[in-house]
Amino acid sequence: MPGDLQDGRIVIVGASLAGLRAAETLREEGFTGSLTVVGDEPHPPYDRPPLSKQVLLGKASADTTALPMRRDTDADWRLGVAATGLDPLEKRVMLADGESLPFDRLLIATGTRARPWPNPEEASLDGVFTLRTSDEAGGLAERLAAGPGRVLVIGAGFTGSEIASACRERGIEVTVAERGPAPLVGALGGTLSKLAAVMHRNHGVDLRCGVTVTTLRGDGNGRFTGADLSDGSRVDADVCVVALGAVRNVEWLAESGLAAGPRGVACDAGCRAFNMYGIVTDDVFVAGDVSRFPHPLFGYQMLSLEHWGNAVAQAEVAAHNMVSPGPLRRPHLAVPTFWSTQFGLNIKSVGVPTYSDHVVIAQGSLEARRLAVVYGFQGRVTAAVTVDMAKSLDYYKHLIETAAPFPPPLGSADRAIAADITIPSDVPDPSGLSHGPTVALTGHLPDRRLTVVQPTG
Amino acid sequence: MQIVVDLTRCQGYAQCVFLAPDVFELHGEEGLLYATAVPDDQVERVRQAAAACPVQAILAGEGVSAGAR
Repeated sequence: MPGDLQDGRIVIVGASLAGLRAAETLREEGFTGSLTVVGDEPHPPYDRPPLSKQVLLGKASADTTALPMRRDTDADWRLGVAATGLDPLEKRVMLADGESLPFDRLLIATGTRARPWPNPEEASLDGVFTLRTSDEAGGLAERLAAGPGRVLVIGAGFTGSEIASACRERGIEVTVAERGPAPLVGALGGTLSKLAAVMHRNHGVDLRCGVTVTTLRGDGNGRFTGADLSDGSRVDADVCVVALGAVRNVEWLAESGLAAGPRGVACDAGCRAFNMYGIVTDDVFVAGDVSRFPHPLFGYQMLSLEHWGNAVAQAEVAAHNMVSPGPLRRPHLAVPTFWSTQFGLNIKSVGVPTYSDHVVIAQGSLEARRLAVVYGFQGRVTAAVTVDMAKSLDYYKHLIETAAPFPPPLGSADRAIAADITIPSDVPDPSGLSHGPTVALTGHLPDRRLTVVQPTG
Repeated sequence: MQIVVDLTRCQGYAQCVFLAPDVFELHGEEGLLYATAVPDDQVERVRQAAAACPVQAILAGEGVSAGAR
């Protein structure tokens, strides 16, 4: 009965963006029962995107990015204590402090953490950082403010590129090492990655592509001093930021019987978790970066997204479905959207650029550094990326949602000369990148089979 | 007061930059940077900016307090 769903005990594990928005939505939808939110970090929910932008630029300190609430959640916030296990039969979440929390319905929103440098001894050198939490950002910002001679960034995905951009804006020398052929290639494919490489170099980044970092070196006192690269060269630096993508926080679910693995916790379109047999559960829900879910616009492949907007949208759907009877439940069908600002450019993406075989430059040009690139797969529009052209994005989103033909029909006044020339999208195999793309098709790339790479760290 | 801007939604109209220039600034042509913690003397301006945003991307409010229940 619907009345029963408005009462009882709900536990949310994960006290970041998805956990907060879910808690608010539960109350908005009339949930009157007890609500507990568990978070392993000691901080109340805070916003992460500013950490690689405002905070590294020195315009805000890392402890000031708390997320505003939409409404009072009347929740018990259990912060600074990690969940260590889930008993789905007894319906309890085990906590690191030994307590166990009983629940009637559970939302898993444990997100991701930065992938650490694989060698723990090298990773512990003073001056080696990852960037995911506000504590990490605070430590890194402090080092940047001290004016290091050079910063080494390992990995040229979005986070690595934003870090490099912030360093250059502060006048700090920076070397970026990327295993793939160009920055952002894993997320945006060949065409825009060439622009990204130009932007790095024009802003004075020492960009090294097609190389890996083999060793981080320290002095006798455990301070980071530089790194060896696979091409035999050496980079001397005072600070190293490891930006190798994210690892999903699923370890605590290892014994839970849920379909939880390195690519996230699998769930249906209504955010209900699958168990390890592929049977959908009815009282365990998933939202945010830790989830992977099927999307009809992309061949029903399981998507895992590390996007701010997805965390919000999926948390709202999950919360709604947690307090709604079956026929009133909603699917999570939002079209993936994300943004990045780096080297003075505003890059926005809609759809799944890696789900593509060809692209066209539909508006603007690479030379102008203002353009819209439309991605297609087998004659259908599947994604678009704008550079300093955010107002066009909704138009392309509409094309994706309506499965418009690719190349796209005439639709804008400032149509580029290249608008009818399709070029291969050149999306590389993710295993050749040093960072993880922020959108992962967890089944197949459209035109070839993916190799599953198990994290070694 | 804390703010967060839904930059998925933001289209760079920059109304907020005109109304509360000490809080919002454009970074490049259309990238938006903002002070996540709003100084007390800017609260009213931020309210106006949030109301004026053509795509309603600005959320202002209080954060969850540390000892909250």
